[in-house]
Amino acid sequence: MFEKTEVTLDELRHLVSERAMEGETVLLNMGPQHPSTHGVLRLLLELDGETVINCIPDIGFLHTGIEKNMEVKSYEKAEVMTDRLDYLNTVGNNLVYCLAVEKLVELDVPMRAQVIRVILTELQRIASHLVWLGTHALDLAAMSVFLYCFREREMILDILEMCGGQRMMTTYIRPGGLWRDVPVEFEEAVRQFLKVFPARIDEYEALLTKNPLFLERTTKIGVLSREDAIRWGVTGPSLRASGVGHDLRKAQPYSGYEQYDFLVPTHTEGDTYARYVVRMEEMRQSVRIVQQALDKLPFGPVRSNNRKFVPPPRSELSTSMEALIHHFKLWTEGFDAPKGSVYVAVESPRGELGVYLEGNGGPKPYRVYWRTPSFVNLQILPLLSKGHLVADLVALIGTIDIVLGDVDR
Amino acid sequence: MNEHLSTTVQSLKDQYGAEVSEFRSEVSLVVPAEQIVAVCRTLRDEFSFEVLSAQTAVDYWPEQEPRFHMIYLFYSLAHNVRIRLRVPLNGNAPSLSTIEGVYPNANWHEREIWDMFGIRFEGHSDLRRILMPEDWEGHPLRKDYPLGYEEVQFTFNYDEIDARKPYAKE
Repeated sequence: MFEKTEVTLDELRHLVSERAMEGETVLLNMGPQHPSTHGVLRLLLELDGETVINCIPDIGFLHTGIEKNMEVKSYEKAEVMTDRLDYLNTVGNNLVYCLAVEKLVELDVPMRAQVIRVILTELQRIASHLVWLGTHALDLAAMSVFLYCFREREMILDILEMCGGQRMMTTYIRPGGLWRDVPVEFEEAVRQFLKVFPARIDEYEALLTKNPLFLERTTKIGVLSREDAIRWGVTGPSLRASGVGHDLRKAQPYSGYEQYDFLVPTHTEGDTYARYVVRMEEMRQSVRIVQQALDKLPFGPVRSNNRKFVPPPRSELSTSMEALIHHFKLWTEGFDAPKGSVYVAVESPRGELGVYLEGNGGPKPYRVYWRTPSFVNLQILPLLSKGHLVADLVALIGTIDIVLGDVDR
Repeated sequence: MNEHLSTTVQSLKDQYGAEVSEFRSEVSLVVPAEQIVAVCRTLRDEFSFEVLSAQTAVDYWPEQEPRFHMIYLFYSLAHNVRIRLRVPLNGNAPSLSTIEGVYPNANWHEREIWDMFGIRFEGHSDLRRILMPEDWEGHPLRKDYPLGYEEVQFTFNYDEIDARKPYAKE
């Protein structure tokens, strides 16, 4: 039986300043149950009065062993684990996993499925940014923005429910296409959302963009220089707010993103306000992408016809023996993937979401590694928070936009 | 293969004797563990691979030579290309030098690899467990670490079950 050991101050000596050992500064525990840490994040703070001298993040409270669990499931069954990573970007997680599987086994995806994938991931990006905006403003004591944001997010979740039957954990995108075609009401629902949403962004901006209290709390807070952002591997809106116009949808297009006309908003200040401006503009650009995708939505199948990887439709099972064999084989054993490894990355609302997938010739992934943007971006919190007040630390956690399911996996 | 990528690969081949392989148009280089810091520095300074996208490991147990592969994924913002390094590591408790000095964000990646695979990084500034609790025993992502069907350990039978549990006891 092992003894429960506590971490002593002596073991953290290399992380805090000399003054903490003398007792001149205060060590304060923040979280893991703190409303402004957006989940279960624990921060050990070294404070001089109210000024943060050192900030030591402690993560892992939400570790669920997803990578280990995926290794014992077949490629198709492992996909349900992916929703549970970043629970604000479930469609995006499905997408990157399916793209990786499709690349590993060289599976084609029909045009219609690709366009629907783009529509849903962009809607999901808006939903994720709305949660970020609502909670970020709430942390900075702007209560009403939160309520408006969740009102619009609900519209998006209704659309997801219409498609996949679930509001959040949809698992709607599957290797080789989609689970099924979208219902007939889908187009009308998305058009309705596109009609009301741009005016709603203006409403949020009217509440925040020129609000002196909001400006006071965000400008010049947590300035991330361009060099630091690149050195620390920061991606997503945080990188773009520091003046690097890098977006994987433009740099390495997937699912036909090269066909859409949209801008990559950037800002040069690199502070909390710049990140706010970039994310607001990203929502507008996502609306543009959804509009274009919906206008060109082609007719056709939504699943690949390759029966070795994609189960046949149920209607065929009673008439075709091959279909029955394929159905049975795919749902019991799954398909074999070749020996080799691929890395696929997409632009999630938080940055580069990548999956490293290694196959060994069998029906189960040998290794799945998730390069999650929150995990990498959270590392800059100690850097950003140095010298700021504890109250600003709350703004900084919000502005990095972490999801703890994404950090801890 | 992209022009910049092929010059990089050719140069690393000449300088460090790296073995090159390509799968689904992704380039992997196998480099020996002793040279990893030098290779990283070359990649960053001479070939502008400014970003360490990710760093992870794969366990090939029960093979022993190599048992692990350390995997580094680099991305070049300037040239928009990716490159992957693989470092084979032998034995149950391997170690190699940290690349924290070249890419600071390797800090947490390496802590995670230590936590999950039990690979030590020499010269790392803060090598503690990151996802599992500090007093956890074993390294969960190793292939000899069981998943499921595990007997529940209570205080009265902890040692008895622990003795026959199949994880690497170093």
